[in-house]
Amino acid sequence: MTFSADTRFHRQLFLFNGLLPAVLILIDGWRGKLGANPVEFVTRATGVLTLVFLILTLLVTPLRKMYGWNWLLKQRRLLGLYAFFYGFAHLLTYLAYDRDWQLGTVIGDVYKRPFIAIGMFSFLLMVPLAVTSTNAMIKKLGGPRWAQLHRLTYYIAIGGVLHYWIIVKSDVTYPFFFAVVLALLLGWRVVASIKKARGAAPRAS
Amino acid sequence: MKDPSHIPSSEVTPEETFLNRRFFMKSAIWAGSTLATAGLYRTFSPRPEVENTGTAIATVSEPSVQTTLMADEKVNSFNDIAGYNNYYEFSTDKSEVAAKAKNFVTDPWSVQVGGLVQKPRSFDLADLLKFESVERTYRFRCVEGWSMVIPWVGFPLSKLLAMVEPLSTATHVAFETYYDIKQMPDSRYAGIDLPYVEGLRLDEAMHLLTLLATGLYGKTLPNQNGAPVRLVVPWKYGFKSIKSVVKITLMDREPPTTWSLANPGEYGFYSNVNPTVDHPRWSQAHERRIGEMGSRPTLMFNGYAEQVAHLYKGMDLSADF
Repeated sequence: MTFSADTRFHRQLFLFNGLLPAVLILIDGWRGKLGANPVEFVTRATGVLTLVFLILTLLVTPLRKMYGWNWLLKQRRLLGLYAFFYGFAHLLTYLAYDRDWQLGTVIGDVYKRPFIAIGMFSFLLMVPLAVTSTNAMIKKLGGPRWAQLHRLTYYIAIGGVLHYWIIVKSDVTYPFFFAVVLALLLGWRVVASIKKARGAAPRAS
Repeated sequence: MKDPSHIPSSEVTPEETFLNRRFFMKSAIWAGSTLATAGLYRTFSPRPEVENTGTAIATVSEPSVQTTLMADEKVNSFNDIAGYNNYYEFSTDKSEVAAKAKNFVTDPWSVQVGGLVQKPRSFDLADLLKFESVERTYRFRCVEGWSMVIPWVGFPLSKLLAMVEPLSTATHVAFETYYDIKQMPDSRYAGIDLPYVEGLRLDEAMHLLTLLATGLYGKTLPNQNGAPVRLVVPWKYGFKSIKSVVKITLMDREPPTTWSLANPGEYGFYSNVNPTVDHPRWSQAHERRIGEMGSRPTLMFNGYAEQVAHLYKGMDLSADF
């Protein structure tokens, strides 16, 4: 069996490496090695990991089209679910430590602070995508409708990068990096769809 | 591809070798990806212990100064204080500053004191250490919403100002941090104009609580905490307490300050700790005390209202934030 056909191996590899950061954070937390402000670190780490997995999800189609790595498609859902997993962890740290579980204050916070509103909205958009990630749901929705729904990922990623950019005090190096990568990935899709409209390959998804 | 039946048996990879090779490849991919993922995590995760390499400073007691903490407040560890710093000249990552500032040269050093004064002069390190040092344990509240309790060593700024004899026309004091891009290469990413400048009203500068700190935990300041000499104004947000001071200038008007230049809507000249005036992007009503998991209510003037509230009598603190 060639590497590209070994789906089981890909699955194990992606599952393990996706979970590894969470495990390392837990181990560091257990040993009290999350620095002086563990809450800030966990909040930032889970937020950045959400963006990383959103970017990886959006990287699948260009890599398939450019290099023919079609085997990646079978792992895309896992990448998306990891984005949701870290996004949910990010939300939980906010609710637990920023809001002290005073859930009533969340609405006011969303209303008052645009970056919270953008982050919250982006997370809520991830919920239907996570819910419809099962094979049964793909069948139920039908391929094209499912694909259309899952294009929400573009808006989620844009919202995520914006959310990060706004909260930074003055050094925008990291949010800028994510913005550039995202712009390239979305730009590639725009170019691909223009080419397709003109009757040329490749096809965007 | 050749018809398999024509491949001589000598060219066929034995099954055992084939499986071994696959096993080796898979193992390599497992090891490589695990190392890469863990390595990336480690690059961005907080740094370990910080060593206290300072030299001891003798202090005298001052029973007249009341800066007591509440019963449930504990002094932060040296590691917290010296391992979590906002010093944008070195890094915007608070857990990176200690490592990046490690080789910062703070000796020789001189602080130029001038402007509207009778006797302008400079103070070198030895001059600064000649002032009678006291230990002051203050709350330190960062505008970002975290706080610490820090045992500073230093002397009241008023003692230094008295030596240069401010003119009667002086109303404000401006401060400037040392800046050298060669020693602070990462300052390119700071996103603020440098050198860092700060300022106080003269009565704030003369207040007994306002300190020029030369040390903490009984020893000279670590570089990342603003060695060799920094300002400490405990009732204001941390960014007012300017680090590694090289210039003090008496003026007859409000001096420009770095963060209010960078973002006037978010950071004012006064920047007094005030739980009732929120930062536009986050609340200032609560703070996370480093070393604690829950949050505590932020105190008016950081708990020093009794000593400093009179300085702001009649002012609208939501306008003069």
